[in-house]
Amino acid sequence: MNPALTPLTLDAASWLHLIAYFLSLSLLSVGGAMATAPEMYRHTVEQQGWLSAHQFSDSIAIAQAAPGPNIMYVALLGWNIGLNAMAPYTGWSAWLAALAACLACMLSMLLPSSLLTWSSTRWMRRNHALRSVRAFRWGMMPLVVGMVLATGWILAARDTGATHAWAPWLLTALATLIVWKTRLHLLWLLAAGALLGALGWV
Amino acid sequence: MAVVQRELVDRRRWMTPEEFAQDWAVAQILPGPNVVNLSIMFGERHFGLRGAFAATAGMLIAPTLLVLAVGSLYLQWADHPAVSGALRGMGAVAAGLVLATGLKLSTALHKHPLPLWLGWLLAVGAFAMVVFLQWPLWWVLPIIGGIGCGLTWMRTVS
Repeated sequence: MNPALTPLTLDAASWLHLIAYFLSLSLLSVGGAMATAPEMYRHTVEQQGWLSAHQFSDSIAIAQAAPGPNIMYVALLGWNIGLNAMAPYTGWSAWLAALAACLACMLSMLLPSSLLTWSSTRWMRRNHALRSVRAFRWGMMPLVVGMVLATGWILAARDTGATHAWAPWLLTALATLIVWKTRLHLLWLLAAGALLGALGWV
Repeated sequence: MAVVQRELVDRRRWMTPEEFAQDWAVAQILPGPNVVNLSIMFGERHFGLRGAFAATAGMLIAPTLLVLAVGSLYLQWADHPAVSGALRGMGAVAAGLVLATGLKLSTALHKHPLPLWLGWLLAVGAFAMVVFLQWPLWWVLPIIGGIGCGLTWMRTVS
């Protein structure tokens, strides 16, 4: 199922719509940027048709693979929304629209949640001696350990279409051990993974 | 996130593992991208508003440019088997980075007010709820977080 593409028209009302949507999504993004992906898909692809389902899933795949926070997929979504809005033009004007849409999405997505973090971190610092604040900070720790391990597991367990299902698992286990026990720079590991994958070993 | 942990804690020693785990917990519970929230908290603590801005900008600008570049290239090469293979290899390594970060964070459980076995029991419980039962975060967070906070509250003195 691929809903028809109805690109953003580049007038003030559309920009406001785009910005307001991401502003409102920001405070709902509890549990990280990825948690809002299904809702974002529903609105931008199915309801508005600003970009295609294929563009959406590609944006997520690239943001996951590239270094950097996974919120980066929002930047790619904005970029694609901008490109679509200018299609069939692909020159400088399209790049400018893409950049503007990318910035609009990212900043709107980040501003409300950042203000909230900013004010709560100041409040917590002033009240850090309170028993409740200390109990909260320590008490959440087991949860965080469990959640981080679960995220790693889910990333490792997704269906990758590898020729041997055990090969990515072995690579993941090796990478875990190396990062845990050594101080090797992480970029070397990612590069090694990319090379093994490109050669078709994983 | 694995990179942040490695740089701030392992390499530069700007934070202890315990501080990182505590800040990470708060960054995860508040809405917004965890890494951005952590940058704001860390920057604010040391340099106030300017620090929060600087840390967030530093965390986002280079990856944004990079991901746009990679995205544009990928659109042209998406069908090449070597490219999808490379993405797959990097994905497997990235999973390992996250797992290792979880293992390193778990050292914070040693200094925890709760006994070590209880901390691990809660952590494994959260893991099982997410991975095997596939419960949404909105169920796991109040259950494990609530038990953790409640028990810690009882073990600490004001």
